[in-house]
Amino acid sequence: MRNKQWGLGLFSLLVYLFLLGPLLIISITSFEPGTVLKFPPDGFSLHWYRHIFEVQMFPKTFTTSIIISLLGNILSLLLGIPAAYALNRFSFKGKDLLNAAFLSPVLIPGIVLGFTMLKYLLVTYHLPLYAGLLVGHTVIMLPFIIRVVGSSLSSFDFAIEEAALSLGAGPLKTFFKVVLPNIRSGIIAAVLIAFLESFNNVDISLFMTGPGVSTLPIQMLTYVENYFDPTIAAISVLLMVLTGILMFGIEKLMGLSYFTKR
Amino acid sequence: MKKTYLYWLLLPGLLFLSVFMIIPIVLTIGSTFFQAERFTLSGYVDYFKDPYFLKILLTTLEVSVAATLLSILLGLPVAYYISQKAPRRKGVLLALAIFPLLTSPVVRSFSWMIILGRKGLINNLLVDIGLIDKPLTILYTPVAMMIGMLHLFLPMMIISLVGVLENIDGDLMTAAQSLGASRAKAFFKIVFPLAMPGLIIGGILVFVGSLTAYTTPALLGGKQRVISTFLYQNAMTLNDWYSASIIATIMIVITFVVVGLMNKWANKLNPKG
Repeated sequence: MRNKQWGLGLFSLLVYLFLLGPLLIISITSFEPGTVLKFPPDGFSLHWYRHIFEVQMFPKTFTTSIIISLLGNILSLLLGIPAAYALNRFSFKGKDLLNAAFLSPVLIPGIVLGFTMLKYLLVTYHLPLYAGLLVGHTVIMLPFIIRVVGSSLSSFDFAIEEAALSLGAGPLKTFFKVVLPNIRSGIIAAVLIAFLESFNNVDISLFMTGPGVSTLPIQMLTYVENYFDPTIAAISVLLMVLTGILMFGIEKLMGLSYFTKR
Repeated sequence: MKKTYLYWLLLPGLLFLSVFMIIPIVLTIGSTFFQAERFTLSGYVDYFKDPYFLKILLTTLEVSVAATLLSILLGLPVAYYISQKAPRRKGVLLALAIFPLLTSPVVRSFSWMIILGRKGLINNLLVDIGLIDKPLTILYTPVAMMIGMLHLFLPMMIISLVGVLENIDGDLMTAAQSLGASRAKAFFKIVFPLAMPGLIIGGILVFVGSLTAYTTPALLGGKQRVISTFLYQNAMTLNDWYSASIIATIMIVITFVVVGLMNKWANKLNPKG
């Protein structure tokens, strides 16, 4: 049996090379000392890493991205946790429909969402750019919060909640003292996943940025249009380190099996 | 507990989505049927008569279909390989597939610019070994976009297939083989049909993802337009919001039709749900 697997193993190795090779190549080119990106690089230098911090727009847009993702996370937790609780705690008519409605932002093409939001949030409702960006990101984070928090609520034993209630705790107290601590790791995992979703977002941000307000991915796209130096490669390495750290967190909190369940 | 809580818990989220997402979308779709305050379908008629638009639509569909088929071809064997592994090994292989998925699409598309460019890795390699004299044009073609899309969405195909393949009882394969089926025959008669729901879900994710992705065609497509970059161009460069709204509506319709049909198909194959 074992020796028959080698063909499959080799095939899988090649596919993994296809998936991870480009990320390795971009990492290696980030150490190029010259001004033109090439592989293999002509030497080893950290020049372009320093350059990221010298070009003001990168630290600035990085900060914007972080703030938008954090505020968006807070907003989507405030909106999403009660909804996820209601959808998992009670059975009622129209539950499937409501569930689908809450997950629908994932179904609408991002570029369409971005455009319609530009048209109505900024132009019709006159939201400031920053607020529009925040609202847009909250909309796309909400389904992830509801799905991940929902999945940890579905494995929570509501009999414990009933016990607390019957012992005289109020519903709010029960929620904060009994339910919330039990789904804490699910909530943190949801925050990490939603954070990555927002932080990497291009489609919505594309329409919600303008003079003075931009996010890191949009700034990177603009930069690539004008320059082909190793700066973006160096930023990519830093972003991959960040991704790796957050992924490690998700794995510790809920396991990566979340991704294989649909 | 009282049911009235229910509505108060759902209301904030629903209100938020309605005001900031559903109403803008409905109004955008609605606006495409009116020109100079009068109901008309002429916007759509013009678009579907325009050869430039049809070419963009065709390129988009070609790239998406190719990426989907290739993701099945590459993803199925890998997912099968992963699902056969012991938990520890499986965890590592899954993590390696999920990592690119969580990495920024800008980073991933940019890495292919380094590989496929005129002075990129592939061209340099081919010139060095003397296979070609002049660098090939790979970047800024539909092929480059397709490679980028495949790289973007193949992990989704792999992980949705692993999810399904994990639940297939390994004894079924052993049983089929002990009854005389070859390994390949056992795979196609037993594993493949059982993997079908995962294949369809993975297919939806790759196809719809490729159909609507912006970053990859923007970076790897050059002047080659796909429907999402065309929408952006109309909205932001040409400031033609009427056209952009029509394209947006067409994208929503295509997405919903594809997802609806595929879901229906998946349910048919899997009556237990």
